[in-house]
Amino acid sequence: MDETSVVPMTGTADEAIPVPLSERLAPWFFVAPSLILLLAIGLYPVVFTFVISFKYWVMGMGAPEWTGIANYLSALGSSDFSDAVVRTLVLVVISLPVQLVLGLLIALALDSTHIALLRRLLQICLVIPIAITPAVVGLLTALMFNQQLGIVNYLLGRIGIAPVNWLGDTTNAFITVILVQIWEWTPFVALVLSAALATVPKDIEEAAMLETERWWPRFRSVQLPFMWPGITAALVFQTAFTLKEFDMIYSIEKGGPGTATEVAMLQIERLAFRGFDIGVAAAESILMLILSIVLARIYIRLFYREID
Amino acid sequence: MAKQVIFRILHTIGILLILVVILFPLYWMVAASLKTESQIFSIPPVWRFTPHFSAYAQAIRQDDVLGALLNSLIVTVGSVGLGLLVGAPAAYGIARYQFRGRRDVWFWYVTNWMLVPVVVLIPFYLTASRLHLINNLIVLVLVYQVFVVPLVVWLMVDQFRSVPIDLEEAAQLDGLGRFGVFLRICLPLVKPGIAVSAILAGIFAWNDLLYGFILTPGRSVRTAPMIVLTYLGGYIVPWPKVMAGATLVCAPVIIGGIVVHKYIARGLTLGAVK
Repeated sequence: MDETSVVPMTGTADEAIPVPLSERLAPWFFVAPSLILLLAIGLYPVVFTFVISFKYWVMGMGAPEWTGIANYLSALGSSDFSDAVVRTLVLVVISLPVQLVLGLLIALALDSTHIALLRRLLQICLVIPIAITPAVVGLLTALMFNQQLGIVNYLLGRIGIAPVNWLGDTTNAFITVILVQIWEWTPFVALVLSAALATVPKDIEEAAMLETERWWPRFRSVQLPFMWPGITAALVFQTAFTLKEFDMIYSIEKGGPGTATEVAMLQIERLAFRGFDIGVAAAESILMLILSIVLARIYIRLFYREID
Repeated sequence: MAKQVIFRILHTIGILLILVVILFPLYWMVAASLKTESQIFSIPPVWRFTPHFSAYAQAIRQDDVLGALLNSLIVTVGSVGLGLLVGAPAAYGIARYQFRGRRDVWFWYVTNWMLVPVVVLIPFYLTASRLHLINNLIVLVLVYQVFVVPLVVWLMVDQFRSVPIDLEEAAQLDGLGRFGVFLRICLPLVKPGIAVSAILAGIFAWNDLLYGFILTPGRSVRTAPMIVLTYLGGYIVPWPKVMAGATLVCAPVIIGGIVVHKYIARGLTLGAVK
């Protein structure tokens, strides 16, 4: 970050000059409304969930009672939960790198195309998978990946591949989810990386062009350094997204076949709102929250240094 | 020279391929909504057919899709409006002031983006049921702030930083107060940023299924994505009608996204601006 652009209009950074109270309060005047709102809507529910995670509470089965850490033990001991968490992490570990690599390729293709119409068309089209309702994506998946009558197997058949049982087989159903997730979110990553690519100063790019004709050294030592903040940002954004994934998977087959595609959000939702075991579901939510905050901390340690 | 020509041809083919992969499912959805049941599932697929619009009439009449679209519109406009109202000043505060706790404040917003929905959902559900606010759209407007505010702040900090500081100083010398500078000078200059954060937050609010599923399940207050859910799990799925409903649900956000695509392509910096 260019330091001059974040230097305040008065010398708040300089501790030696006494700053009037009104000036010190000024930033809070801007920040406070949203902080208060988020404390009420973000923090209060977390505290609430944390408290009930120590209670035995099955809805409709009498008043909640304190049980200490029993809910956490039951959550950690449940293979339903641990399987769902593992599935979620597998989704992050497989889907994210693919999204990043494909997104980078698309961003570079977009940047280097010489046909204005094509660039415009691609920019428009990249917005579509982001905008389309995930629940509809799930529904479309069920239609297109149908074993006997789906278009995917028909097209594969045309190039000589035998029909795949996409949604009925446990492994294939998970692969389908990964494929669809990649379709849905790679364009978003591509747009973030394309915005990052636009931050490379033109004169530096031109100087590099004179230096070498070869693409790889130019990419590695000129474009890539400018893109790191964008890449990390996309990583933070998408990790959160994948951990929160619910709509698309639920709309394909409610986490099925069986529990083959039941990621963490689906499992906790099922436990809380269909099994009515609020206590254990709360404990699981808190564990997921800890996982996501640990990941956020790790990323932001890498990331915020870049932007500040 | 020949090498360059080959490269350009491959490059163009690559881009066309990406376009096809992105657009095909969309085409397939719209086409299915205009086909008959047997045409949807015919093998080999029917590429040329006479479009029927009766599925749309059915979806609108039988499933009250228009009512659901209206509910979604209310919730989306409400939550994006509230999010911008509190989020834009916050982004300005973070972009323009150096203050103790600035990092923590920024991290707090991002943490809220990381917040898994169920953590918020259980207390919201329990509190809303106690206050008889289940099936009240205001609850959705409030709960969506969990992701709308972080998104707005995240995207707009960059925008405010790109406003030249001299401009603000000049305005201050002209006697504008701190808030006046923000409102009259900065805000008009970051219109593209406002557009991007509004449309993205709008997309996420419009598309949300999980919160609406739990907090506003009632038939008269259900939001657009819930329409899709009603078709799930039935023994017989009326596919033309389902696809017509799905097309109607997606159309507003897709059109909105396309309208501001230029801003999205430029403004999606997520703190990565130099």
